[in-house]
Amino acid sequence: MGRYLLRRLVTLTITLAGIMVMTFFTSLVIPLDPLASLAGPQAPPETVERLRTLYGFDQPLYIQFGRYVARLGRGDLGVSFQTSRPVLQDILTYFPATLELATFAIFLGICVGIPLGVLSAVYKNRFIDQFCRVLSLVGVSTPVFWLGLVLMLVFYFKLGWLPEPGRLDIMLIEPPRVVGVLLIDSVIARDWAVFRDAITHLIMPASVLGLVGVAGISRITRSSMLEVLSQEYVKTARIKGLGEFLVITRHALRNAMVPTVTVVGLTYGLLLEGSVLTETIFSWPGLGRYLANAFLTLDLNTIVGGTMFVALTFCVVNLVVDVAYAYLNPKITYTEP
Amino acid sequence: MTPTAAPRTLDVREAKRRRAAARRQYIRDTYVLWRRNRLMVLGTGIIAGLLLVAAVAPLLATYSPYEQVLADRLLPPSWAHLFGTDGLGRDIASRVVYGSRVSLTIALLVAAISTPIGMLIGILSGYLGGAVDEILMRLADIFLAFPRLILAIAFAAALGPGVENAIIAIAIAHWPSYARLARAETLNVKNNDYIQAMRVLGVGKLHIMAGHIAPMCLSSIIVRMSLDMGTIILTAAGLGFLGLGAQPPMPEWGLMVADGRQFLVDQWWVSTLPGLAILVVVMGFNLLGDGIRDVLDPRQRQL
Repeated sequence: MGRYLLRRLVTLTITLAGIMVMTFFTSLVIPLDPLASLAGPQAPPETVERLRTLYGFDQPLYIQFGRYVARLGRGDLGVSFQTSRPVLQDILTYFPATLELATFAIFLGICVGIPLGVLSAVYKNRFIDQFCRVLSLVGVSTPVFWLGLVLMLVFYFKLGWLPEPGRLDIMLIEPPRVVGVLLIDSVIARDWAVFRDAITHLIMPASVLGLVGVAGISRITRSSMLEVLSQEYVKTARIKGLGEFLVITRHALRNAMVPTVTVVGLTYGLLLEGSVLTETIFSWPGLGRYLANAFLTLDLNTIVGGTMFVALTFCVVNLVVDVAYAYLNPKITYTEP
Repeated sequence: MTPTAAPRTLDVREAKRRRAAARRQYIRDTYVLWRRNRLMVLGTGIIAGLLLVAAVAPLLATYSPYEQVLADRLLPPSWAHLFGTDGLGRDIASRVVYGSRVSLTIALLVAAISTPIGMLIGILSGYLGGAVDEILMRLADIFLAFPRLILAIAFAAALGPGVENAIIAIAIAHWPSYARLARAETLNVKNNDYIQAMRVLGVGKLHIMAGHIAPMCLSSIIVRMSLDMGTIILTAAGLGFLGLGAQPPMPEWGLMVADGRQFLVDQWWVSTLPGLAILVVVMGFNLLGDGIRDVLDPRQRQL
C-alpha cells in the first residue's frame, strides 16, 4: 500500500510537471502578445523594449521557463487581468461556492441514485427498472445548459416556486465569511433566514448538476447489486429466514457499495470542475464561471493558474478515491503491475 | 504477407466456403440481436433520421437559415414557422435543420482526428513498451488529469473561437482514452502465438502493428467511439453556448440556445427548441452506442 501510494505520488508529480510545460508553451502559442496588452496600443517601441527586459521576455526560453516554475513553486500564479487581484486569491474566493454546489449536487445524486439503483436491481426488468434506464439515459443525453434554462423558465419565471439565479437574495446580507460556504457560515452566524434562502437557491443548480451523477450512480448500484444478489451468502441469509428488507439492506447493499463509492468519488471530482456551464447559467459565483470568463477574455494568468488548480484537485480526488477503494475492499491490493 | 500458414487439412475452396457461411451467420445473428433490442432500433432510427435530414437539408428547410426578416422577428411557432422565428427574424426550424449538418460534421471530424491518433499512440506504446510506453502514457496522463470539458474549453480558448478550432480542441481532449484502450488491446494480443510466429518469420514491426494488431483493436475502438459520439456533440454544443465554438451566424444548436437566452421569459421557443434537437440526437447516439457495444463486444454478445 505504501509503495502504491508513493508510486501514485510520483506519477502525480510528473503529471503536474507536464502540465506546467504544457501551460507554459500554450502561453507562447496563444495569439496574444502580453507586452502589447501591458503597454497599450500606442506605446513607443522603447517602452515595449523596456518592459520586455523588465519582465524577462528577452531571456532565452529555458530561463523564462525556470522563472515560471519557480514562481509557481512559490504559489504565485500571477495577477488576473480581469480582477487585478492575485489569481490564487481569486481561486480561494470562488472555490467555496463551487464546493458548496458540487457537494449539494452529489448529495442529491446519492440520495436519489442509490435507492433507484437498488430498486431497479430488485425489480429487474419491471417498471421501476425501465424508468431508471430512461432516466439515466436522459441524464447523460441532456445538455446541462439547456436543462438549466428550461428549469429556470418553468420554476422561476412561470411558477415562481424557486428563487432567481445567484447564490442569495439581494435583500439579504451575507454572513461574515468563515469558510466561504454559505450554508456553514450562516449556521455559524445563526442567521436562519440566510440559511433557508441559500438552500432554495441551491436546489435548481444542484439538481441540474446532480442529474449527471444520478445516472452514473444508479447504473453502477444496479449492476453491483445484481451481482451481489446472485451470491451464495444472500441465498443463505434468505434460507435462514431473514426478511427480504434486511437481506437487501444488511447483506447485499453493504457489499454492493464498494464500486458505488468509487463512482461517487469520481463523479464528485467531475462535479467540482465540470460546473462551468451550470455556474454560467445560474450566475453562480464559483470557480467554473470565473474560469469561463477568463477563457472568454483570454486572461492568461487566470487560465494557466485556474487549469493548474483544477488539474491538481481532480488528481487528488482521484487518488483519494483509489485509496478509499483499496481500504473498503480488502481483497484488492495494489502491487507493482 | 501471403497466408502460407493456413492449415492444409481443408482444401482452399472448402475453407473459403465455410468462412463465407460463418460470416453470413454472423451478419444474420447481428440482425437478430439488433431487432431484439428495441432501444437500439429507436437509436438507429434517430440517427438515420439525422443523416437523412442533414443530407436533404435544403429540401426540408422552408427558409434560408441566414435570411433575416426583421419584420417577422420573434414569431411564435405556427404553420408558416414551425419552431417560430428568432431575434433576427430567422426561421428556427430551418436553422435547426441546417444545424444537423454542423453537429454531424463536428462529431465525424472529431472521431476522424482523435481515433487514429489515439490508436497510433496506444499501439506504439503497447507494442514497443519500455521508454516509449512510459513517455507516451505519461503524456496521456497529463491530458487525462483534466476534466474533458475543461480541457476542450481551454484549447478552444487558446486556439481562438471558431468551429474548426473547437473540433481540434475536442479531438485533443478525446485522444487519450482511445490511446489507453488501444494500448490495453495491444498488450492483450501482442504475445499471441500468431504474432510470435510472424516475429519469428522476420516480419517487420511496422507491418505487424499496422496489419495485425490495429485490426484487433478496431472493434473496441469503434464501440468506444460510438459511445463517445453523444459526448462530443454535447461538448461542441457547450462550446458554442459559451461563445467558444461555432460563431454567429452559423446555425449551430448550442449557439442558438445561447442566442435565445435573452428572450427566455416571453419567447421560450427561441432557445428551448434547438436544445431539444441536441437532446434527441445525443440520446440517439447513446442508444445506438449501447446497442453497438452489445452487438460487437463478444463478452456481451448473447443470442
